[in-house]
Amino acid sequence: MKSHINARNVIVALVALGLTLLPAYSALTGNIFILTLFTRIVIFALAAASLNLIMGYGGMMSFGHAAYLGIGGYAVGILAHEGIGSGFIQWPVALALSALYALVIGALSLRTRGVYFIMITLAFAQMAYYIASGLSRYGGDDGLTIYKRSTFGGLIDLSNRVQFYYLCLACLFGGVYLIWRIINSRFGMVVQGVRSNEQRMQAIGFHANRYRLVCFVISGTICGLAGALLANNTDFISPAGMYWTRSGELMVMVVFGGMGSLFGPVLGTIVFLLLEEVLSQFTEYWALIMGPLLLLIVLFARGGIMGLLGRLSRG
Amino acid sequence: MLVLVEQSLNGLQFGLLLFLLAAGLTLVFGIMDFVNLAHGSLYMMGAYFAATFVAWTNSFVLGILMALGATLLLGIALEFIALRHLYGRDHLDQVLATFGLILFFNDAVRLIWGPAGLSLPLPAWLTVPVQIVPGVFYPAYRLSIIVVALAVAALLYIVVMRTRIGMLIRAGASNREMIGALGINIKLLFTLVFGLGAALAGLAGLMQAPILTVQIGMGENILILAFVIIVIGGIGSIRGAFMAAIFVGMIDTLGRAFLPDLLRTVLSSAAASTAAPALSSMLIYLLMAIVLVVRPEGLFPAAKR
Amino acid sequence: MKKAFWLAGATILALAQPALAGDTIKIGFVSTFSGPTAVIGNDMRNSFELALDHLGRKMGGKPVEVLYEDDGQKPDVGKQKTEKLIQSDKVDFVVGYIWSNVLLASLKTAVDSKTFLISANAGPSQLAGELCSPYVFSTSWQNDQTPQAVGTYMNQKGVKSVFLIGPNYAAGKDMLAGVKSTFKGQVVGEEYTVWPSQLDFSAELTKAKNSKAESIFVFYPGAAGVQFLNQYAQAGLKQQIPLYTAFTIDELSLPLQKDNAIGVPGAQQWVNDLPFPENKKFVEDYRKKYTGLRPTFYGAQSYDAANLINSAVVAVKGDTSKKDEMKAEMEKANFKSVRGPFKYGNNHIPIQNFYLQDVVKDADGQLSLKTVATIVKDDQDRFHDKCPMKK
Repeated sequence: MKSHINARNVIVALVALGLTLLPAYSALTGNIFILTLFTRIVIFALAAASLNLIMGYGGMMSFGHAAYLGIGGYAVGILAHEGIGSGFIQWPVALALSALYALVIGALSLRTRGVYFIMITLAFAQMAYYIASGLSRYGGDDGLTIYKRSTFGGLIDLSNRVQFYYLCLACLFGGVYLIWRIINSRFGMVVQGVRSNEQRMQAIGFHANRYRLVCFVISGTICGLAGALLANNTDFISPAGMYWTRSGELMVMVVFGGMGSLFGPVLGTIVFLLLEEVLSQFTEYWALIMGPLLLLIVLFARGGIMGLLGRLSRG
Repeated sequence: MLVLVEQSLNGLQFGLLLFLLAAGLTLVFGIMDFVNLAHGSLYMMGAYFAATFVAWTNSFVLGILMALGATLLLGIALEFIALRHLYGRDHLDQVLATFGLILFFNDAVRLIWGPAGLSLPLPAWLTVPVQIVPGVFYPAYRLSIIVVALAVAALLYIVVMRTRIGMLIRAGASNREMIGALGINIKLLFTLVFGLGAALAGLAGLMQAPILTVQIGMGENILILAFVIIVIGGIGSIRGAFMAAIFVGMIDTLGRAFLPDLLRTVLSSAAASTAAPALSSMLIYLLMAIVLVVRPEGLFPAAKR
Repeated sequence: MKKAFWLAGATILALAQPALAGDTIKIGFVSTFSGPTAVIGNDMRNSFELALDHLGRKMGGKPVEVLYEDDGQKPDVGKQKTEKLIQSDKVDFVVGYIWSNVLLASLKTAVDSKTFLISANAGPSQLAGELCSPYVFSTSWQNDQTPQAVGTYMNQKGVKSVFLIGPNYAAGKDMLAGVKSTFKGQVVGEEYTVWPSQLDFSAELTKAKNSKAESIFVFYPGAAGVQFLNQYAQAGLKQQIPLYTAFTIDELSLPLQKDNAIGVPGAQQWVNDLPFPENKKFVEDYRKKYTGLRPTFYGAQSYDAANLINSAVVAVKGDTSKKDEMKAEMEKANFKSVRGPFKYGNNHIPIQNFYLQDVVKDADGQLSLKTVATIVKDDQDRFHDKCPMKK
């Protein structure tokens, strides 16, 4: 192992510190919007990190992760609409439904590999999208406004921007910590072993698909949490957020930041969403810059931002 | 009964249009093992080129031929400049890079042609409905799509199964290293195949332009359908793409045509009319999920690698 | 390495620019400026800019600053942009909003912060009913109003039966429900298509043809309207079953629909040839300023939105902190609307006339929309009872 003090780790530490101190900066400068923007970024970073768990470590390319954002969000939205405002009910329901969905589609999808796996996860996510569009009681295609954010019996006030931001940040750090624990556990080692050589792991006596399935469910559950946070952040939930383009964006964030590295997806999300925000301020034709940039990253910066930083720190 | 004939024709025509798009995609995917999301952008470019050239030349046929050539050249240029460096890379890298190309093409088109979209008017001889069986009139242009797509399918079959190039393509699909080792210029072959795929995408785009519109982002939704088709049919298999495309076209159209009435027999009328569109658009994905669960390699897998 | 730090720093700085608290009237404009529907957003921006030109780019003696933001036709993005405008730029008004779902997502942010929101297009039924707010005004209509006028017109023409086709989303359902609420004949069939992905309507057209209905009614905004009309004409139905429309033919779609649109009637609260001096000025100057383009009803509503805001700012002499006075002034609709005079209902939705429009070739041989008749006078939406605000 090399020394832990290298440019990559310094940047990761600085970003973590920056995220923690952001509310103070926002309060000092009176810039509320930067907090709003970063709340969204932090939530998407959590979703990207969850996708990275199965994509980067488990070798399962899910093209349907937006479905969990939707399921988590709709669980909060529908319960709120029906008058159940307590987060102690909403959030466990959101997590349980995401886990259940992941269990069912995972059991079916894991029969396939490679591109076929990408497409079958997409198929299920699209079905979820169309089901959500058909929920006419809950706004159908137009979506559902959430008039009251989840309540936690006075423990924490989600309408308070700073408190909500710290809650999201805690979820992100907690999620990344959990993923770190998982990949370094025996279970995580098996999952990574299956990814690099499935036959050998089978031969040693591991039921490869059971390990994959559990990993898939954990990832889906974490993403469902991100969905519950996102619904509270936007006070709104609509099927549009479950469309396949959203799943694609999540994949882009992961690969952009560096698949299979713990903090890569977090950095990827921050850079991707900030670039989108900043470029769109400069020009309406921001995609004209963003598009070739993605191509260049793939061509010349293997391993995304983390890979780039890794090479920089080696000299 | 006549309604069923007409709706089946609608389904066939839609399926054949999808086949044109899926054929190019499955060739590139099957032979170069390359996931090209920008295939939808080439489809869009074909339509924009056609609308532009038809307006310039005032001739429908001439404009369309020029557009086909332009899409072919664009495909070759794209392969030469960027995409050939991505062969052999991870599928995800390819997805990310070609996703970038989608963004680029959409905004480039907006910059060049403006956001409004274009129209590709039909010549008079294609706008009249034709009587196919007594009592059933069918738009001439839709009939011509069926004819052209069937001809392209036959031509592709002959090229792939009966010519030397086709032999190399098939060999490339089943064992890439081997044909390289045999001294075949594989780079040239790949460029050629990519160009062919691009031209097919362009053809699909310009054929549908007079029915639908020519607009930014027109490639994205239909691209997903094309992916569904090649996955159902088996990646790399032209025959599979053909069968799956017709299958998907039929299911989609017949679902839309008859599902609402079917549902009305069990549900209230209002509930049926809202549930039916959601259900019929779900049918295709349901079909793909079932196919993949039962036969994970697709219905007509190309020869094993 | 260093570069990365600088880039990060520059990015943070670019985001961190504090709002300049000058003595200006700040307006945020949220619409769609990217993607296939950017044409609509552009037309709204053009018209809004023209209105500012006509006002000398000042309101109540203060210079006006407009910040345009792109919602990309996505509700969550629109909501985020609205938040940015209100929290970061501290605008006095947010205007625009083409899509019902974007508006509904953004509504709470504006209302909670007591920022005036002017919808220059979207008119979901909730906005007219239970979600009405003192801080929200519309310069357009409620979704159902226009198709209701079409239904009324079909009664006037003595149409006996109709086949309805529309997209399967809330506005689509509002539209078909609107026709059904006024049309007295028989509704033979009702088809919803997948929105926005379905572009081929052959199955629906075949059904309509076989239903033996006397007429067809459709609602397809934007590009879908072009496709529908093309396919309707190609199927040879134009000679067989007359078509009635709402929001399907406008100045943006007409250049693409071409002759297919001739003789297809629709209803609208504004048509380019309405005989009011303000309207003449708007249409003529628009065509002068933006050569080759023609204003649409989206533009007319945006032009009106600028003038509505101006009336409020003038009434408080530029002191935008006097929100109650501004609200009271706007409720009077005390400005020259290009659609002619109208009043506001208790829910801040216009009570207005709806006109029958038809497509004709104008003097230059170009296709254009023309007012044929007044279908209904002083029409009020049917949801105003559900709005708790009283006049």
